[in-house]
Amino acid sequence: MLTCPYQERKLNLNPALIDEARTLAKEIVAEVKPFIIAHSTVSVERAVLRLLGIDGVNFEGIPLPNLVVEHLQEEGLLAEGSARTLTRAFIHYGKSPQSLAEGIEQGTVRLAELPDFPEEVIENTARALALPAVAKIRAQRQARRAMLAQGEGIEPYLYVIVATGDIYEDVIQARAAARQGADIIAVIRSTGQSLLDYVPYGPTTEGFGGTYATQANFRIMRAALDEVGKELGRYIRLTNYASGLCMSEIAAMGALERLDVMLNDSMYGIIFRDINMQRTFVDQYFSRMINGFAGIIINTGEDNYLTTADAMEAAHTVLASNFINAEFAFLSGVPEEQQGLGHAMEINPDVPDAFLYEMAQAQLVREVFPRSPIKYMPPTKHMTGNIFRGHIQDALFNVASVLTGQSIHLLGMLTEAIHTPLIQDRALSLEAARLTFGVLRHMGEEITFKAEGRIQKRAEETLEKAVEMLRDIEKIGLFMALERGMFADISRSLEGGRGLDGVFAKGADYLNPFIRLLGAETEGRETFEPSGMGGERDV
Amino acid sequence: MSKVNLKAVRPYGDTLDDGIVQLSFTLPIPFGEEAKEAAKRWALQSGFQEPNISHAQDMGEGFSFFVVYARSRVTVDFTVIEVPQLTQVRLEKRQIELRIREKVGRKLVVVGACIESDAHTVGIDAIMNMKGYNGHKGLESYHEVEAYNLGAQVPCEDLLAKAVSVSADAILISQVVTQKDIHLRNLTRMVEILELEGLRERFLLICGGPRLSYELAKELGYDAGFGTGTYAEDVAGFVLEAVLRQRI
Repeated sequence: MLTCPYQERKLNLNPALIDEARTLAKEIVAEVKPFIIAHSTVSVERAVLRLLGIDGVNFEGIPLPNLVVEHLQEEGLLAEGSARTLTRAFIHYGKSPQSLAEGIEQGTVRLAELPDFPEEVIENTARALALPAVAKIRAQRQARRAMLAQGEGIEPYLYVIVATGDIYEDVIQARAAARQGADIIAVIRSTGQSLLDYVPYGPTTEGFGGTYATQANFRIMRAALDEVGKELGRYIRLTNYASGLCMSEIAAMGALERLDVMLNDSMYGIIFRDINMQRTFVDQYFSRMINGFAGIIINTGEDNYLTTADAMEAAHTVLASNFINAEFAFLSGVPEEQQGLGHAMEINPDVPDAFLYEMAQAQLVREVFPRSPIKYMPPTKHMTGNIFRGHIQDALFNVASVLTGQSIHLLGMLTEAIHTPLIQDRALSLEAARLTFGVLRHMGEEITFKAEGRIQKRAEETLEKAVEMLRDIEKIGLFMALERGMFADISRSLEGGRGLDGVFAKGADYLNPFIRLLGAETEGRETFEPSGMGGERDV
Repeated sequence: MSKVNLKAVRPYGDTLDDGIVQLSFTLPIPFGEEAKEAAKRWALQSGFQEPNISHAQDMGEGFSFFVVYARSRVTVDFTVIEVPQLTQVRLEKRQIELRIREKVGRKLVVVGACIESDAHTVGIDAIMNMKGYNGHKGLESYHEVEAYNLGAQVPCEDLLAKAVSVSADAILISQVVTQKDIHLRNLTRMVEILELEGLRERFLLICGGPRLSYELAKELGYDAGFGTGTYAEDVAGFVLEAVLRQRI
């Protein structure tokens, strides 16, 4: 019977190297920390406003959190933190944050002319205004735990995507997928949403390559999955994306609506969406704090490195980034049990022994992060449109996954590279994965790898190169490493990319009550309770 | 085996003119005998003969999936088919570099991006990035090519601005992931913008992606289009020959 942490040690890895990698990653992150702590962004402030209860849009469809932040910027009040001014307005006008936001929109509330109040009064009031959201998120966390206790799938969890563009159509596809055996449903976002500096509002029925992440859409899908999960006796987890320019806001919405998994990488947006690195580092910090408190598993996006760089040559960059992502997660108070570090099976299948190398990689990530619900991504780069060949490639992926004890298994689709999955594509993939996992359920426990064999050697080499890379990054700093294109062969500059104008230095009297309430050092913050991810892996 | 009649070609399974095809599809009806019968009738009404429902499966939520083998009597005349194709000879990287040096006498300038909604750079990266794809180095590795890969989700306007600012010879556009034919709308938008600005003739306009072909690209107003299996050499070779042609 498998248990968490993962117990097997098949690769004969050098523990001193793993320790060194952790230490280096810690130092790399520690160097960015002062910058992160000293700054906030428009998106972080909008997330604060959302958590204070501000929601809705004006007649032009502009979200109220955006309007309030713009107003604060115009009045030169943003550096104090949106919570400080909103709290002062609350004390002065005696109106809820939502009615204050509506008042600002209508021009009946002015934030510039507020009287000041004693610091203690402001801090206590801000805390009181923040508590309802904290209580709601805690309640959602407890509800999840209670529902998981009623039943859930077993690892590797079967994770599929829906991406119709229409939330109501998504619901049909997601419910069908749950019936077909899926444990986790990810609603892919409309392409381009990551670059919007606001979160769309309400239920949406038009998106491209996916469906807009909105709080209403989260709620609709959550209700549908709870219903079908109850019927099936198996909790169905829901995934979305706390990434792009609105990381923290989406994390806040997801925490309130009980999402279970969030794509939430510390560097993905910088590398793949050309979002400014200063913006991303600050945004990811607060968004992960929310996710950590909410019991949400974060997923990192290292699998993508191998879609641009070569999987044989760049395998160590995935591992090096996993270490860094994990340290950023710790910084925000996300425990290992919620760190769904990503990696992928992307070696060209024409490479002789490709499967052996894939096994080595997968086992390596598993052994290095024994407590993390690591997420294994299927072949995409070498999928050709030949659905029959593709189905076999995915079957090999399934085998690698179950043999190496992966936690979250994103199903490959035979129609990868053709279209977003059709209902039958998902069903066929789920059927294949369940078949593979069933017949090989305990195979991983029955095999060991030959000492000094190809698999052990490949894993050792990858670990060594990852440590070397971390040493290099530690020397030059993470900002410079990104400038030099050390990840995914893509180079980004400190001042370049989108969203830099939304970053600002915190003023001396900056206030954000949620940092204390949600952060790692919060007193009485619940430690991670086993939710299946932390308990036994098998029955 | 009897000889194929090229004037009347139909699918082949194991006997000439057996017309065998495999189909798979989902119907939005609950699983059961009635659903199977519906699948059969749908195949018949679509013009197939002897449909054999080899597999039927409940998709849940009132959907049913089928795998069907059937015969088709429909034939096509192969002798009259003409598909416009790129006729250039495939040159090696080394030959292309040499030819640019000798015949053009300056670097070729190429700007590329995934435009508008598309966030998937795998195609443009395969053609442009240093490493290329499958052992075929990308345009960035060519000494005689100045390559700018702008990445994903680039607005048409930004791509055009870049092409103007670096005096590009060619603009490469990749469209990988699509839904409800948005890739066609994106590609059309680029042509419209170029035409509006009066710059269509100034650049070679080339698109690529799994759903694209030379023929479709021409139809959309592009100079060329490349599908799967294309490498940097194909694109570089095309740009080179087109630039040389313009000089004559």
